[in-house]
Amino acid sequence: MPEPYDPQQAIAPSGAGGGMDLAMSEAETLEKTPGGPLGTGPAGKPRSLWSDAWHQLRRNPVFLVSSLLILFLVLISIWPQLIASGDPNECHLADRQLGSSPGHPFGFDNQGCDVYTRVVYGARASITVGVCATIGAALLGSLLGGLAGFFGGWWDALLSRIADIFFGIPVILGGLVLLQVVVSTTVWPVVGFIVLLGWPQVSRIARGSVITAKQNDYVQAARALGASNGRMLLRHVAPNAVAPVIVVATIALGTYIALEATLSFLGVGLRPPTVSWGIDIANAAQSIRNAPHMLLWPAGALSITVLAFIMLGDAVRDALDPKLR
Amino acid sequence: MPLLEVRDLHVEFHTRDGVAKAVNGVSYSVDAGETLAVLGESGSGKSVTAQAIMGILDIPPGKITGGEILFQGRDLLKLKEDERRKVRGAEMAMIFQDALSSLNPVLSVGDQLGEMFVVHRGMSKKDAKAKAVELMDRVRIPAAKERVGQYPHQFSGGMRQRIMIAMAMALEPALIIADEPTTALDVTVQAQVMDLLAELQQEFHMGLILITHDLGVVADVADKIAVMYAGRIVEHAPVHDIYKAPAHPYTRGLLDSIPRLDQKGEELYAIKGLPPNLMAIPPGCAFNPRCPRAQDICRTDEPPLFRVTEDGARRSACHFWRETLRDA
Amino acid sequence: MGRYVIRRLIQMAPVFIGSTFLIFMMVFALGDPVAALFGDKAPDPATAARIREELYLDQPLWKQYLHYMGQIFQGDFGTAFNGQPVTELMAAAYPVTLRLTMVAIFIELVVGITLGVLSGLKRGHFIDSSVLVLTLVVISIPTFVSGYVLQYLFGVKWDVIRPTVSVDAPLNELILPGIVLALVSLAYVTRLTRTSIAENVRADYLRTAVAKGLPRRRIITRHLLRNSLIPVVTFIGTDIGSLMGGAIVTETIFNIHGVGYQIYQGILRNNAPTVVGFVTILVIVFLIANLLVDLLYAVLDPRIRYA
Repeated sequence: MPEPYDPQQAIAPSGAGGGMDLAMSEAETLEKTPGGPLGTGPAGKPRSLWSDAWHQLRRNPVFLVSSLLILFLVLISIWPQLIASGDPNECHLADRQLGSSPGHPFGFDNQGCDVYTRVVYGARASITVGVCATIGAALLGSLLGGLAGFFGGWWDALLSRIADIFFGIPVILGGLVLLQVVVSTTVWPVVGFIVLLGWPQVSRIARGSVITAKQNDYVQAARALGASNGRMLLRHVAPNAVAPVIVVATIALGTYIALEATLSFLGVGLRPPTVSWGIDIANAAQSIRNAPHMLLWPAGALSITVLAFIMLGDAVRDALDPKLR
Repeated sequence: MPLLEVRDLHVEFHTRDGVAKAVNGVSYSVDAGETLAVLGESGSGKSVTAQAIMGILDIPPGKITGGEILFQGRDLLKLKEDERRKVRGAEMAMIFQDALSSLNPVLSVGDQLGEMFVVHRGMSKKDAKAKAVELMDRVRIPAAKERVGQYPHQFSGGMRQRIMIAMAMALEPALIIADEPTTALDVTVQAQVMDLLAELQQEFHMGLILITHDLGVVADVADKIAVMYAGRIVEHAPVHDIYKAPAHPYTRGLLDSIPRLDQKGEELYAIKGLPPNLMAIPPGCAFNPRCPRAQDICRTDEPPLFRVTEDGARRSACHFWRETLRDA
Repeated sequence: MGRYVIRRLIQMAPVFIGSTFLIFMMVFALGDPVAALFGDKAPDPATAARIREELYLDQPLWKQYLHYMGQIFQGDFGTAFNGQPVTELMAAAYPVTLRLTMVAIFIELVVGITLGVLSGLKRGHFIDSSVLVLTLVVISIPTFVSGYVLQYLFGVKWDVIRPTVSVDAPLNELILPGIVLALVSLAYVTRLTRTSIAENVRADYLRTAVAKGLPRRRIITRHLLRNSLIPVVTFIGTDIGSLMGGAIVTETIFNIHGVGYQIYQGILRNNAPTVVGFVTILVIVFLIANLLVDLLYAVLDPRIRYA
């Protein structure tokens, strides 16, 4: 397997090519470091990277909007009663497929359940799965990938091959086959499955950034000075690998929520009586001709939730990746 | 009439953080067969001036706010973009500092050389390739015929810069602008590349603007020197006069910071302070915060480019150029 | 290059074995295939035992796997629940999915690259920000949502197309499903193109191209696009595999009888041979597509040489 080719590495950055770039970087240098012409150092200074990123994030409207939205989603997934008074599983067949009415702004679904209440309560499953799966995949992936990158050798080779195997299985397909057998009304099988298929992505990122960090001069210097493996990993290498993992994990969170809904939609994800947007969309899809509102509300909620996390990930990436600035 | 005459050129960059005044009234001229060396630190505006002459400035954020660029009598700034384009490459050409990044990595050098003939002369690809081989021979790249199909990364640094030179010479332009052509090269290769450039310039009787921050390179090849600071010319002189006796404290500082053999053991001189922020150029003489000679007048009055010699070949933008000259 | 291909093929073997074995194991866990074969009726124990022996079901899992793979490489993929050979199902399903995938890839290429180039060249302008927001929104809408919504709008509300695709799946009926399948990847292609263009626009060699006096058109097509599209082309290459696997949702919504549909049915009906057979071919397609992408990379970018 060839190393993934990075054109950024192959093309040596032009030292002092463009007059404009030059003039600007000079001016910036002066503003930021009046003490001396040290310039903005490489990403090897975690503190400045983080405070820089935070400074940029605070001024980014995308970040503000998406984090407010996420805060709201998290709140209602913990206390759905805050904005919905009804019981999502209290349904009257007499009301089935009815449209909007006072007290029931989104109407009723096939079983005559209140769509608004179900949309509100559906956030819990999505957020829980998304957050738990992301934490799981990020921890497992960065642990395995980080160790592989740090120690190299056979452990790296083995792990890379295993990651390849998981990459070779189409996600939805794997979910269909694996989750078909597990009959559980909790979110854990779905979370477990997503972690199982999600960790290789994180591990590749972690492995790559650990290898890069390991080659940094000051890490080499620490090694030469006789720092122990554990100390080097914790103090020098890990901090550099954290940023890329955070970026990839934030974006993954959004896609995991979409994945959970897709699996639930196909009938192998979450199962009733868990309230899930995916299940509700699947049920609504059968009567889309008569009552499209049953599909549009949960579908909208799902899309906005995914959007919020992906926007957050995008903003965080822009802030943490100095190359894009 | 000089080949190229820049008159009172002003260039600004408009950015989020403010307006950077990169070039503030630069005037210089080059005759056919003459070499003008433009000297200065990074950010002095020497490259920006060159890019404005070539018409390759990024607009926006760049903006030419004043001046004329007369090339063979025509004001380039008044030409339409398409007419301007036909001048670029054919009548004036540029050599960049970093040949590796300045050559397209995914096209063969033959393609990139031949492209000049295909675009400007309407040649067939086959003829253009033959021309490319000829050019590579001319800049003394061994086994040109075999190497014409290779890619930039397959050449050494010196060879790549030769290819850049070949590309600039391709259509025998009247003017060549070389922006730090040897800075990225090994010291041993620098002289070879510089010699080649000077040789070709003589052969074709071209005007050459040599942009550099290296006074050592200049002495052998240049006819006259323009020293730039904060977007202005601070001293302009025939090359030997400057080495003998600089008429501006900044030039003096640059000369003093060249290591010399007889200085062994002494601490190397360095101009104190930093180049100015182009968004907030100090009032008066821009160099005054770093100048050992600075008086009150330097902080209030911007010095014009005083004539040092009667004919105006030698000029200095220092209120105290006489004193500077005397102490040299 | 030849040696590189051989090395890659050798490296692919464990990945192939690993993923097919994993799927085999999972499908095996689905339940008793013999019981599934008889549906609701209880099978006669003697017949069941005979079938088990025939199907190697009395052997340990790894032997079953070896036996199965041995048969696959002789072209025998077993029989589906209705007695049809799996190969026949494949012959019917794969061309359909392939057509659908091609439609999707075509849309990705044309729309994605166009939008990406536009916004990359006009970075920071109104069009760029709109395209960026649009791609984020598209990425956020799961395929099954966009599928149903578009199907409802075009097929039911406005009645422009048939809401479902007929058995032959002609190209014109595959346009909307192709769009649905392409949407998310389309957004990625757009963003990737944009980033790549914006990066290359600032490259030194592009400034050289301008200094050479080349016409704008030539600079963009010959210098900028040639360099910027390398990562895009490779993304699309790897996407072929994932699109074919991801077609399950699209095929379910539009009732297209392709690979995803057959696998879904196979899983719902505990039909191991169908599922494993289809998936094995999918994995092979995926691995080959990846290999081709790596080779294509070397062709497009002369800086890469495989030893």
